[in-house]
Amino acid sequence: MHIAAILRLNPVLTEELEVDEDGRDIDREWIGLELNPFDDQALEQAVLLKEATGAKVTALAAEAEGGERLLKTALARGVDEVLLIEVGEENVQLSSRARAPLFQEALEGLAPDLVLTGVLSTDDIYGELAPQLGALLDWPQVSAVSNVALGDGVATLQQEYSGGISARIEVQLPAVVGLQAATQPPRYVAGSKLRDLLKVEVPTVEPGADFGADLADATELEVPDTSGGAEMLTGDAEAVAARIHEILVERGLV
Amino acid sequence: MRCLIFVEHSDGTVSESALELGAMAKSIGAEAVGLICAADPGAVNALAGQLGSFDAVIGVADDSLATYNPDAAARALTAATEAHKPDLVMTSYSAAGVDLAPNVAIRTGRQMVGYVSGLELDGDTLNAMSTVYSGKLVARTGMDLPGIVAVMPGAVKADGLSGGAPAVEMMDVDLSGLRMRVTETLVPENTGVNLADAEKIFCVGRALGGTEKIELAENVAAALGAELAGSRPVIDAGWMPKVRQVGKSGTKVKPRLYLMAGVSGAPEHLEGMANSELIIAINSDEQAPIFGTAHYGAVCDMFELMPALTERLTAGK
Ligand SMILES: Cc1cc2nc3c(=O)[nH]c(=O)nc-3n(C[C@H](O)[C@H](O)[C@H](O)COP(=O)(O)OP(=O)(O)OC[C@H]3O[C@@H](n4cnc5c(N)ncnc54)[C@H](O)[C@@H]3O)c2cc1C
Repeated sequence: MHIAAILRLNPVLTEELEVDEDGRDIDREWIGLELNPFDDQALEQAVLLKEATGAKVTALAAEAEGGERLLKTALARGVDEVLLIEVGEENVQLSSRARAPLFQEALEGLAPDLVLTGVLSTDDIYGELAPQLGALLDWPQVSAVSNVALGDGVATLQQEYSGGISARIEVQLPAVVGLQAATQPPRYVAGSKLRDLLKVEVPTVEPGADFGADLADATELEVPDTSGGAEMLTGDAEAVAARIHEILVERGLV
Repeated sequence: MRCLIFVEHSDGTVSESALELGAMAKSIGAEAVGLICAADPGAVNALAGQLGSFDAVIGVADDSLATYNPDAAARALTAATEAHKPDLVMTSYSAAGVDLAPNVAIRTGRQMVGYVSGLELDGDTLNAMSTVYSGKLVARTGMDLPGIVAVMPGAVKADGLSGGAPAVEMMDVDLSGLRMRVTETLVPENTGVNLADAEKIFCVGRALGGTEKIELAENVAAALGAELAGSRPVIDAGWMPKVRQVGKSGTKVKPRLYLMAGVSGAPEHLEGMANSELIIAINSDEQAPIFGTAHYGAVCDMFELMPALTERLTAGK
């Protein structure tokens, strides 16, 4: 059994985001990048399945910057092999739609039984990755999945809907899964483990496939106007607590 | 102009989001055609009867479509798109919409725009507004038609039943050799926690950091007489049980008071609580998207605020 986990870097969203001068991309000068939280879940699920079944796990990435470090983290988390698809340093803004044919090509080469990636990335304006890969590879695909178990030629998945309702789905392998939550929360990796991997060479591959066409040239980004939003309460925690208490008293809520 | 809308339903009732999509199609002056996938023609007709605001319905009936099946639904939507060539295919941004819109976009060679919160038609170009980076930015994309959009639930108000039931045309789709089957539908068990009916809710987010600090949150909830709730990461990390999750994949709530701390205000969280009567949000980041939705906000460390508020509330009793 061979599992491929596709990992992407995302801007850290707890930091301030600004739009660059021509309004086409976020200002990438100062932002931090982190593993897309849903891809983090996919990585954890892949490693959990490896532990449960002895499957081999290969982690894939296609990043202009930071891909090596990302894949070393995956090695520290327990994947067996990694592969970095070279996209060129200048291609810092690549949508899932743009990268999908590159991942398709790599997956056709690896021929895994199961592909796990995060259900979405918050910049997937032109479509999420897993359902696109399902169509490109002509493999069955299920998104918004929590819990994956492997059986004989099948995977059993739980797909989540609104209201806490979910369905159990049995899908034939090979298949692509857009993961929402792993069976267990992602594990912590010790810094020392990462340091041990500093010297490891991350294998790279030049893609033969072209980027997928998306509408990035037709998109403009803006910071939303929140002026109609909250009335802000100022002061230290004590002052804020006092104001909240007042508001609740005025409204008969306490 | 014509829109083909993938109509979600469960237990014989069409989803609110399908009615919203119908209203959105109308708002750009388009005809709304629904695609209903169900177990048999009778079920398709019964569901079509709930789509009074739609102009027509295409029905696909098969045993495999009794409940949502991603493989079967993708084939049906692809076939209907190829046969009817709508200018725009619309899905909700739901689990099914995430499965279908990008998948059918590739299969039919169309472009798609997701996380859509608004549409405007400008000549032959459709301008789609999307909520990206968890609500921190908005994107405006000009799309030449034909195309596909996946729309956020709640982006527009649903149309009520205006016309009579739309005419239904059944369509044959080859659903042989499906590569998946739904074996079970799981509904959450009743645990006595009922967020949907709670009058006051105190919700904490990922910033809580772990179970060590949960007592601080429990104290606020107790002093306030509120139910304690969490955002999705709080539940995924195992700090609280699933019944306490508010949002898209949790419970939708509408309390008189929704007090929240350390929650960023991602669209999937807002979907579950934006209609609360009074929303007060505490966040350490002044750019947190939640301040666009909350009625009152404070930029403040929740670990200082929680004990201070507990003390106030207890003293004020
Ligand atoms: C299909 C799908 C369904 C989903 N369903 C749901 C759902 O039902 N419910 C849900 O909540 N999410 C859901 N999500 C996840 C959603 O996209 C977000 O990831 C999630 O809501 C983020 O949770 P959060 O705000 O707690 O965490 P974060 O986004 O990480 O935000 C943490 C916030 O805490 C603030 N903060 C940090 N430290 C402090 C401090 N000391 N004091 C005060 N503030 C601080 C930060 O500024 C930040 O704004 C779903 C996602 C998908 C794809």
